[in-house]
Amino acid sequence: MNTHGLLGRVVVYLSAAVVAVPVSAFLGLGSVIGYLAAGMAIGPHGLGLISSVEDVMHFAEFGVVLLLFLIGLELNPRKLWQLRGPILGTGGLQVALTTAILAVALRGTGLSWNMAWLASMGFSLSSTAIALQLLRERNLMPTPAGQTSFSVLLFQDLAVIPMLAVVPFLGSAEASAGGDAPWISALKSVGAILAVVVVGRFLVRPVFRVIARTRLREMFTAFSLFLVVAIAALMQAVGLSMALGAFLAGVLLADSEYRHELEVDIEPFKGLLLGLFFISVGMSVNFDVLLARPLEIAGAVGAAVLLKAAVLLGVGRWTGLKGRECVVFGLALSQVGEFAFVLFGLGGQLGVFDAGTQAFLVLTVALSMLTTPFLFMADQKWIAPRFNRKGPTGIVPGSAASEPVQTKDGAVIIAGYGRFGQVVGRILHSRGVPTVFLDHDPNQIDLLRKFGQPAYYGDVRRLDLLHSAGAERARLLVLSVDDMETVFETARLVREHFPKLPMVARARGRVDAYRLVNLGIPVVRETFHSGLRAAELVLKELGLGAYEARRLVARFGAHDESRMRAAAALADDEKALISLAHEGRMELEKLMKGDEEQGRAATDDGWG
Amino acid sequence: MQAALLRAARQVSGLSIQSIYEAYPDCVIDVKAEQAALAEAEVLVLQHPFYWYSCPSLLKEWIDSVFEFGWAYAGGTALKGKYWMQAISAGGPAEAYRREGYNHFTIEELLRPFEQTAYLCGMIPLKPFLIQGARAQTEGSLLERAGEYALLLERLKEGRFPERHSSL
Repeated sequence: MNTHGLLGRVVVYLSAAVVAVPVSAFLGLGSVIGYLAAGMAIGPHGLGLISSVEDVMHFAEFGVVLLLFLIGLELNPRKLWQLRGPILGTGGLQVALTTAILAVALRGTGLSWNMAWLASMGFSLSSTAIALQLLRERNLMPTPAGQTSFSVLLFQDLAVIPMLAVVPFLGSAEASAGGDAPWISALKSVGAILAVVVVGRFLVRPVFRVIARTRLREMFTAFSLFLVVAIAALMQAVGLSMALGAFLAGVLLADSEYRHELEVDIEPFKGLLLGLFFISVGMSVNFDVLLARPLEIAGAVGAAVLLKAAVLLGVGRWTGLKGRECVVFGLALSQVGEFAFVLFGLGGQLGVFDAGTQAFLVLTVALSMLTTPFLFMADQKWIAPRFNRKGPTGIVPGSAASEPVQTKDGAVIIAGYGRFGQVVGRILHSRGVPTVFLDHDPNQIDLLRKFGQPAYYGDVRRLDLLHSAGAERARLLVLSVDDMETVFETARLVREHFPKLPMVARARGRVDAYRLVNLGIPVVRETFHSGLRAAELVLKELGLGAYEARRLVARFGAHDESRMRAAAALADDEKALISLAHEGRMELEKLMKGDEEQGRAATDDGWG
Repeated sequence: MQAALLRAARQVSGLSIQSIYEAYPDCVIDVKAEQAALAEAEVLVLQHPFYWYSCPSLLKEWIDSVFEFGWAYAGGTALKGKYWMQAISAGGPAEAYRREGYNHFTIEELLRPFEQTAYLCGMIPLKPFLIQGARAQTEGSLLERAGEYALLLERLKEGRFPERHSSL
């Protein structure tokens, strides 16, 4: 097979992932190890199906960018500001301590100061991709350990920027990177960040609105991707971290009505690119170097992970993490991160390291990433049970207050905010029941948000939108979208994935109502009830008393509802339906005359 | 109060319970269905709060429409020989229901229209189950009364009826 063409390579990547990841997940190892193993197998040092790791890695770093964009989407500026303490304090302490201790230790092994500093800076960083993926897979993000990990990772992503700026000064060769004076590049950076803020705050939403109005899904996806890629490109152009720019853009859009739709659109790209990133880490494991100096490498990996974990445990304890929380925090960030590759790459170019040292360090980083999933497994097997017995110090997944989705527990989700859903929503609102609106019409969403109602743009048939609207914790779902096929599809989806979520649906006509009745969903026929009210008015105009007219209409309504239910059971049998209809008409005639022929009316009810 | 009694009643198996305010929120009663249920029964217990010395309006409407001319009376014998009982909670204390009290009449006197309804349909009125001073009940005493009610229903089911009621 020609694995040099683009298609050939794509086939190799995808097949390796499709084989290795499910196996790894099945063995309880999580997806990260699967991707890493796939990478090792197909890489230049494994089967050699792929030869150029660097290009892929560069491309796959985009997975990290998208990951940070998504993380940003879940954090609005207010929440970010609340996290400033952990980010600067805990993050700063961790990076400073790890760098200082490691630098001294590395100097002790005979490296020059410059080498020791650069190596230890790289080693102080952890892998956002691996740590967050692992924490998310285990639903530990909302716990204190998850939140602290996230804050520290965020600081590290920020810290990369000055670190990259320092590398040229550590090199023996004269700084060859860029000719700008420091103040010009600082100005550029500030300008770029300002541009992102202005664009994210004021320009993006109107554009999304226009695009949403076209109802072309793929345009929405295209624009979402364009947005992230463009910001990343801008950041790279001024020498800032792409991931950081994307994160910033995410934060700025966290409050927007398109948040859920953006999440839904970007998620698959993020997943695949992040997978590719892990594959490329796997591919960069150089078995030749490993075989040549196995003990040294193992020692270096062990020492790095151990030292990082030790510092993290200390810092974690200092911030007030207790017991198992602290262990999870220490383990989650114990690997060396992807930015180390970038730093060491630059260090190699600028002559801080010789090629041998660089290969050694890169291998150490890659192998340290491999250890984390196994450490997590070990934790779950041996460490977690000890804490669980103690109870309160154990972690309850998903229990923290900082859940990203704003849906309050016990909210009613109203899918479809037309004239119909509006009435339902207003009544619920008057009762103080929290509501969340979903609609595919940007104008409606816009209107709702002006009134301060939680409302999101998107297609309710998408499972992920329902998830992010909080369908697990909602009290009820009102299906009031115009398109009946959408109603049925959503109803089936909800039945399958949220079996405990009750639904109430609006049906356009009788046949739609049959289908909903057969699904066991309480149904309201849209025009039926207004028809009843009209009949009541007509009867009054014809001279019936208001009470009598209301009674007749109510009687008819109850009769028709019960016939409809009976007919629903026979919805596929035309003959049975016809005879049922005939029977129904006779019964109805009797019923409507009923009041007059018998009972009160027959003996003079005193009102006549 | 009524909810506690209803809960107690639901604990007793083998009763046919119809909560009319739940079944007929728009006040249109399914007469045929109610008559069919009555035909099956031996004892009719009307459980209700005492509103303005009578039953709540929907229960009156229920009687008005279900006890049809020619079915329940005037030649109709559908209810003949069945027992009639009311389970009533009244806000005022027992002392209020006497000449010297602020309600002036006894509960039995006030229930006379119901008593006569039973007579006209050939039914046998039983002594009512009364909770008076409903507003002054504590959670504990309420539970106690609900227990007594359940016991009474249990006995009715077994055919052990309380004494007949007559203010004649």
